[in-house]
Amino acid sequence: MKVAAIEQKSFRNRIHPHKFALYVAFASIIMMFGSLTSAYIVKNAAGNWLEYTLPNYFYASTAVLILSSVCLHISFNSFKSNKEAAYKILLLCTFALGITFVTLQYYGWNALFNVGVDLKASVSGSFLYLITGLHAAHILGGIAAILVAIVHAFTLPFVVTEKRKVRFQLVLHYWHFVDILWIYLLIFLLVCK
Amino acid sequence: MAHVAVDPNDKEAVMIEKTGYDDHFHDHHHGDKYQSNFISHYIFSMDHKIIARQFLITGIFWAIVGAAMSIIFRLQLGFPEADLQWIKPLLGKWIVVDNGIGSLSQEFYYALVTMHGTILVFFVLTAGLSGTFSNLLIPLQIGARDMASPFLNMLSYWFFFLAGAVMFYSLFLNTGPFSGGWTGYPPLSALPQASTGSGTGMTLWLISLTLFVVSVLLGGINYITTILNLRTKGMSMWRMPLPMWAFFVTAVLGLLSFPVLASGFFMLMFDRGLGTSFFLNEIFIQGQALDRVGGSPILYQHLFWFLGHPEVYIIILPAMGIVSEVLSVHARKPIFGYQAMVLSILAIGFLSFIVWAHHMFMSGVNPFLSNFFVIFTLIIAVPSAVKVFNWITTLYGGNIRFNSAMLFAIGFVSMFISGGLTGIFLGNSAIDIQMHDTYFVVAHFHIVMGVAAFFGMFSGIYHWFPRMFGRFMNETLGRIHFWGTMIGAYAIFWPMHYIGMAGVPRRYYSFDTFESFNHFGPMNQFITIAAIIVFGLQILFVINFFYSIFKGKVMTEKNPYGANTLEWTTPIEAGHGNWPGKIPVVHRWAYDYGKDGREFIPQIEPMASDEVAGDH
Repeated sequence: MKVAAIEQKSFRNRIHPHKFALYVAFASIIMMFGSLTSAYIVKNAAGNWLEYTLPNYFYASTAVLILSSVCLHISFNSFKSNKEAAYKILLLCTFALGITFVTLQYYGWNALFNVGVDLKASVSGSFLYLITGLHAAHILGGIAAILVAIVHAFTLPFVVTEKRKVRFQLVLHYWHFVDILWIYLLIFLLVCK
Repeated sequence: MAHVAVDPNDKEAVMIEKTGYDDHFHDHHHGDKYQSNFISHYIFSMDHKIIARQFLITGIFWAIVGAAMSIIFRLQLGFPEADLQWIKPLLGKWIVVDNGIGSLSQEFYYALVTMHGTILVFFVLTAGLSGTFSNLLIPLQIGARDMASPFLNMLSYWFFFLAGAVMFYSLFLNTGPFSGGWTGYPPLSALPQASTGSGTGMTLWLISLTLFVVSVLLGGINYITTILNLRTKGMSMWRMPLPMWAFFVTAVLGLLSFPVLASGFFMLMFDRGLGTSFFLNEIFIQGQALDRVGGSPILYQHLFWFLGHPEVYIIILPAMGIVSEVLSVHARKPIFGYQAMVLSILAIGFLSFIVWAHHMFMSGVNPFLSNFFVIFTLIIAVPSAVKVFNWITTLYGGNIRFNSAMLFAIGFVSMFISGGLTGIFLGNSAIDIQMHDTYFVVAHFHIVMGVAAFFGMFSGIYHWFPRMFGRFMNETLGRIHFWGTMIGAYAIFWPMHYIGMAGVPRRYYSFDTFESFNHFGPMNQFITIAAIIVFGLQILFVINFFYSIFKGKVMTEKNPYGANTLEWTTPIEAGHGNWPGKIPVVHRWAYDYGKDGREFIPQIEPMASDEVAGDH
């Protein structure tokens, strides 16, 4: 099957339709995490709630994720300004940092488990695993996209075209989005105990 | 640009060639390679017109399955003593034979009720209605070559197909499909030991509907992006035909509400499979206390109805959009109050998000909180009434063509009024104490979102059938279909209001142990007989549909109805990219009917120098 992308001219605005579609998808992801966090607030207010402290792994992972966003952004800028080496190296760095984030989350879950906050003990723990787990799933989706970007970077000849810029931006904006989403979730988990 | 020979007698093509915009679409040769073989043309197609037909035909399949289920449980309700052994070849062990009399097993009765709801709400009236017409009409009516992402569009259909396949498989499980009601409330849905259908049946139900959510999201992202970004030159938002506004708001509703359902489903999956207690608290099974505390089943209801209420507008808004267009075209009049129609669609869309708890008045929600939801629920009557008045005023003084599409559109207005009025009863939390979970509710929502949405869908199918298949459906059969269904649907649901007001609860297997409900027996028989006749008429429609695809009257001109919108300017066999040469440019709104002494003026025609725009 030949995947033929249709190139249609948009008369409407300067946003590429695929980027716009991605922003629309953000709205639905926001609704999903919004509903989970509001369910969390409602359950929290209803009592029967086990309080716990977030392990330090989560702070470390936050730093790693922010760093990865910065890396990817610089990589994109390097791509635009024809700096091939920086573009490729930083893309690889982003990938490594993304994997590190997921690993740190895993250590965080283990640390919580070891102090008795497991999936079943209390609804508060269940919520934590569900919310951070779903977020990690979205990060894994982003890592897959970065992997595709890496394959493109190392197999296609290095030319800066409008099409490739848009493709890169799709990955970049998604990655920034899941980064900001995590910061929101972390602050939420710290504020609503 | 690639050379396209224009037939000088083809006035739409000449007009587009003269005033259209050259987007160099056909300079790229992928347009021709695109549908190169059978698989890429008909199966994994990325052409929105084929995908629309895929959605429609899959929807028809599910409609037959869902309706047949309702006939089986209606037989049980109308004729509880009858011998049902003759269905044994189809239902097998679910017909229990006792003393030579076969009757429907009670578990399977609940499974049928549950599956009927799930299938009709999600597979038929969401995917079959919005999926079909959003795909067919959005690119054609706004003047786009295709959807923003044809690939996601294809995935959207195949996720829907997969969801259907999983649900279909669950019908044949040894333990039966899920049987806890289409809303899937816990604890029935959360504990596999709750009933036979709560085991594997429920697991498959969850998987199927999660796949369905993915399909709706992929579709919705596409519809929104396409409408906002790919409108042709001159097609401002305020010049869009009303179906476009309806599909746009429908997609926004789906996009914002289905993820909430998904998170409810995730929590339910955790409760079922991983031992969490999001929705479980202090449950006793056969006298044994369950070791699951801390959750709340009400939480699920909130998450479910936060989708569930917008969902009923996801079902009805496309029907409203289709009906607005059909009424205007076949009354040969501009739609009355175009801007009010758009604003009421937006108002309905907004309000649909803040009324969900009116489904939960009897779930133990705080009565003061209920007041808030009562007020907003009743406010929905305002934009709904605006739409109804505008439809009626559009018809007033029109030069009406009573063809099948128009009849169903008028029937829609009738159904929407009858069903909408009972909504005002149910929206009051005090009256709901008596009415909730009775046949009054069943009658209300079947008329207002079941029958009405089907009427909108039929209207759209009869109207755009030539656009889809290049042939017309049989008019005589269409009119028999309409009059039978119109009378039959009222015959089914009108008596249910009465039964419901008397307090007869819905979803009960049989009423023979309730002395006070015994005298409704003949009325239930009447309803069942009417339902069987109406089902027969729908089969007639299906026969007409498939017969007409191959043998219907051939469409000989591009614009058989004299309509203004862009979908009637494409060639009868529109290929990939919709318009062979340039893309049409729009100069006016879609409703210039009976203007300046002309019957209709298509959107592609430039304004005359002294002409006043029709929408001002």
